[in-house]
Amino acid sequence: MIRGSRRHPGFLAAMAHRLSGLLLALFLPAHFLVLGLAIESEAALEGAIRWTDQPLVKIGEWGLVVLLTLHLCLGLRVLALEFLPWRDSRKALIGIGVAASLLVGVLFIFNLG
Amino acid sequence: MIEARLYLLQRGSALLLGPLVLIHLGLILYAIGDGLSAAEILERTRGSLAWALFYGVFVLAAAVHAPIGLRNLAREWLSWRGASLDLATFVFGLILLALGLRAVWAVVGGGA
Repeated sequence: MIRGSRRHPGFLAAMAHRLSGLLLALFLPAHFLVLGLAIESEAALEGAIRWTDQPLVKIGEWGLVVLLTLHLCLGLRVLALEFLPWRDSRKALIGIGVAASLLVGVLFIFNLG
Repeated sequence: MIEARLYLLQRGSALLLGPLVLIHLGLILYAIGDGLSAAEILERTRGSLAWALFYGVFVLAAAVHAPIGLRNLAREWLSWRGASLDLATFVFGLILLALGLRAVWAVVGGGA
């Protein structure tokens, strides 16, 4: 029974959510330290960015972007399961619409700047 | 009681992080379009109150969200419990907050 449940898409989603979160959490300090190089000089930050031009590092960066997207989407799944009403899904769609509108509004303001 | 509070903090920070991550991903895809460089990043962020606020809130939410998530994994996968785990969670959160705010300062206001 346990073996069977581990092949369930819900189990795989939960596991992928956790593993992506773990890897992202471990990456964050390094990400912050690299950006912090700009305190030293623009050249120091540029040097770190040029280091990421290596193919293997690029693959790692690609992996992180995919992991971040995956963690976001699987997180939305958790929030939907826990907080959205199971039956009246039209209200949920309205909520998503309002959230999307706010997001586009924020993006517009940033484009103005 | 602490578990209920951490659960709410985890879900609350997740709600905040959702749109922030979406914008961050969009910016990443936009920024790498013509090659990433320090000059391009700093030109966008230096002196920008909007980006300072955006990434300041982002760092704060991530510094709450990530340690609680790791704490959950430590409890379930390593059976780590008790005060030592709570202390480790708190310290990791503080480290993320300090390094993150330092990074925001670096790209918005700091440097030469």
